[in-house]
Amino acid sequence: MQVIAPASGWVPVQLGEVWQFRELLAFLVWREVKIRYKQTTLGVAWAILQPCFTMVVFSVFFGRIGHIPSDGLPYPVFAFSALVPWQLFAFALAESSNSVVANQRLVTKVYFPRVIMPMAAVGVGLVDFCLSLGVLLGLMAFYRVVPSTAIWTLPVWTLLAVTTALAVGVWLSALNVRYRDIRYTLPFLTQVWLFATPVAYPSSLVPEAWRSMYALNPMVGVIDGFRWALLGRAQAPPMTVAVSAAAMLALLTLGLFYFRRTERTFADVI
Amino acid sequence: MPLSASSVIAAEGLGKRYRIGRREAYGAMRDAIGRALSAPLRAARRLTHGESSAEPEYFWALDRVSFEIREGAVVGIIGRNGSGKSTLLKILSRITEPTTGRAEVRGRVGSLLEVGTGFHPELTGRENVFVNGAILGMPRREIARKFDEIVAFADVARFVDTPVKHYSSGMQMRLAFAVAAHLEPTILLVDEVLAVGDAEFQRRCLGKMEDVSREGRTVVLVSHQMGQIRRLCESVMWLDKGQLRHFGDPATTIREYEAATLRREEGLGFGQCFNGWALADGGHTLDDTGQPFTIEIDTSLARPVANAHLGISVLDADDEVVVGWAFEPIALAAGRRVLHVSVPQLPVRPGTYRLSFALFDQGNNLTGGKLVEKWTAVPALLVDAPPVAHPQDEWAGILNIPATLSAPAEQRPGVVFAVTR
Repeated sequence: MQVIAPASGWVPVQLGEVWQFRELLAFLVWREVKIRYKQTTLGVAWAILQPCFTMVVFSVFFGRIGHIPSDGLPYPVFAFSALVPWQLFAFALAESSNSVVANQRLVTKVYFPRVIMPMAAVGVGLVDFCLSLGVLLGLMAFYRVVPSTAIWTLPVWTLLAVTTALAVGVWLSALNVRYRDIRYTLPFLTQVWLFATPVAYPSSLVPEAWRSMYALNPMVGVIDGFRWALLGRAQAPPMTVAVSAAAMLALLTLGLFYFRRTERTFADVI
Repeated sequence: MPLSASSVIAAEGLGKRYRIGRREAYGAMRDAIGRALSAPLRAARRLTHGESSAEPEYFWALDRVSFEIREGAVVGIIGRNGSGKSTLLKILSRITEPTTGRAEVRGRVGSLLEVGTGFHPELTGRENVFVNGAILGMPRREIARKFDEIVAFADVARFVDTPVKHYSSGMQMRLAFAVAAHLEPTILLVDEVLAVGDAEFQRRCLGKMEDVSREGRTVVLVSHQMGQIRRLCESVMWLDKGQLRHFGDPATTIREYEAATLRREEGLGFGQCFNGWALADGGHTLDDTGQPFTIEIDTSLARPVANAHLGISVLDADDEVVVGWAFEPIALAAGRRVLHVSVPQLPVRPGTYRLSFALFDQGNNLTGGKLVEKWTAVPALLVDAPPVAHPQDEWAGILNIPATLSAPAEQRPGVVFAVTR
C-alpha cells in the first residue's frame, strides 16, 4: 500500500525505488544514444574530433610553446589521456544538468523517481567515451607508449568520473528547474574546473603541501588515476584517490538529498 | 479515512494549493540571490515604516476532497475546466504532491494523462513502443510479449520500422494509445484521452476499457463526454472549483452537474428562458444521421415576446459552426412551452456537437433586435452513426455521406470526360 501525503523537510533518498525502475533507466540511455547517433551526420566522428582538436591545440600551445612538462611522455599522449576522461565528465555534467528541464513533458505527465533523468543523461556519454578511448589506444601505439599493467583499474577511474559528473549533475539539474540561468553558468563552471584539473599540466606541478587540498577536486583523482592506469606515470598516491573519492561521495550524498527535497515540486514549477 | 478491505483508493482532505498567476513560477538565480541580499534591508524598512510584506495570493486547485473507491469500480470524474480533475489525477499518480490531506492507494497505478509521452520522432514505431512502455511502467518482457498485439491494435503493422516522424498524426495517436491500453495496472487513471482518433478507433478504445474493468481492475476516468461516462461508469464524482460537489450514481450526478452548468451567456432581465433540450425520441444521441429528427427546446418566458427571432447553431469539437439556422419570427406568449425544430437530416461525422440557441426580440442580431437569451445547450448532442466516409481521419472531412464507385465494363472508346454546360 502506498501513502500519498505532503512531506516536509528532508526525506530519505529511495535508492530501492530507483532499482525498481532500472529498466526505464536503461531505456532512457538507449533512447538518447539512438537519437544522438541518428541526428548528427558526423555521428561517430564528432565524438572523436572534439577531443582530438583540443589535444592538438593543447600540444601546440602548452606543449610546444609553453613547455609544460608532461612526465617524460610525448605531450599529445599526455594531454589526450586526460582529455578522454575529461570529455566524458564535461559531457555528462552538461547533459545531466539539463536533463530534468529537457524532459519537461515526462515530469508533468508520468511518475517515476526523477533522479533517473540525470542518471540516464550521464550514461549517454559512455558511448562517446569508448570511441575516444579507442583513439587514445591508437595514439599510444603510434608513439610506442606501452600501457602499464594497472590498465585493469581503468573502469574504477571511469566510474569515479561518471559519479562525479552525477554528483554535480543532481545538484544542477534540480537547481535548473527553479533557476533557469544555471544553464549559462555551466560553461563557465566547466572552464574553471578544467584549469583546476591536471589535464594540460601534470599534478606534480602542484606543491606537495597543497596536494591533498588539490585532491578535493574529485577530477584530480580521476585524471591521475587514468594516467597511472594507462601510462604508468603520475602515480595516483592512495591519499589523492582517497580524498577525491571522499569528496565525490560527500557531494553525491548531499546532492541526492537536495534532489529528493526539491523533486516533489518539479511538476508544479517546471 | 483508513483504507478498508474492499477499497483501492481512500482519500481524506486532499488539497492542492497553487500560487496565483502562473503556476509556481521559476525564476533566475540572480534574482534569488538579489532578493536574499536585500532581505535584511527590506526587513529593516518594514520595521521602520511599518509596511506589511506582500503576501502572495494562493488558490486551491483541489480543496479538502475525501472519497473512497472500491476495487474493480469504474469511476468517472466530471466538472468544468479548472475544477481540479486533472490535479486530482496528478496527485493520485504521484506526479505532484498534495498540500494537505492524504490518500492511501493499493496496487500499481498506471496513468494515461497524456498519450505518447516520450515519443520521439526520430525513433521507429518499434523503438517508441518499447521506450514508451518503459516510461509508463511496463516491464520489458511484458512489452515484448504484447508487442504484436499492440501493433495490431494500432493498425500500423506495416510501418513499425519507420521513424514515427513519417506517421500521420492519427497513426501516432493510435500507436501511443495502443501502448497505454495494454498496460496492466491495478488502477488505471485516464485523462480525456478517449477524445482522440477516429470514431472506429474510439469504439475499440471503449471496448478495451470495458475489458479492463471486467478483469476486476479499477478505472478512474476524466471525461467531458457525458455519454461515455454514462456508458462506462458505475459512479461519478463531480468536482466544482476544487471541491467535491457530488459523488454518486451517474444519472443523479450528471443531472445535477448539467442543471448547475447550463450556460447563460447574456440575457436581458427576462429571467431564464431556455430550460433544456432533448430529441423528440428522447435522449441526446442521434443514431441515424440520414433520417429526419426533431429537437425539442423547453422554454419559459417571464414576459411575452411578440417578435421572437430564434437562431440555432451546431458547433463541432473545435467550436467551428457546422450548420446554423435562423427562423422566421414568431410570437411567443409568456409561460412555459416546448419549441419544436424539425431537421430533415444532419449528415455529420460521429462525435460530440454543441448546440447553441439565441432568442432575440424586435429583430435579429443585425437589425437591432434585443437579445432575450443566448444559451449553450447542455448536454451536448452525441452523434453516434457508423462512419461511412474515408476511413482515415484526415481525409474524411466533416460530413458523413456514403458514396459508391462503379466501373461499367463497356466503355465508349474515345470519350473519357464530357463536360456539358
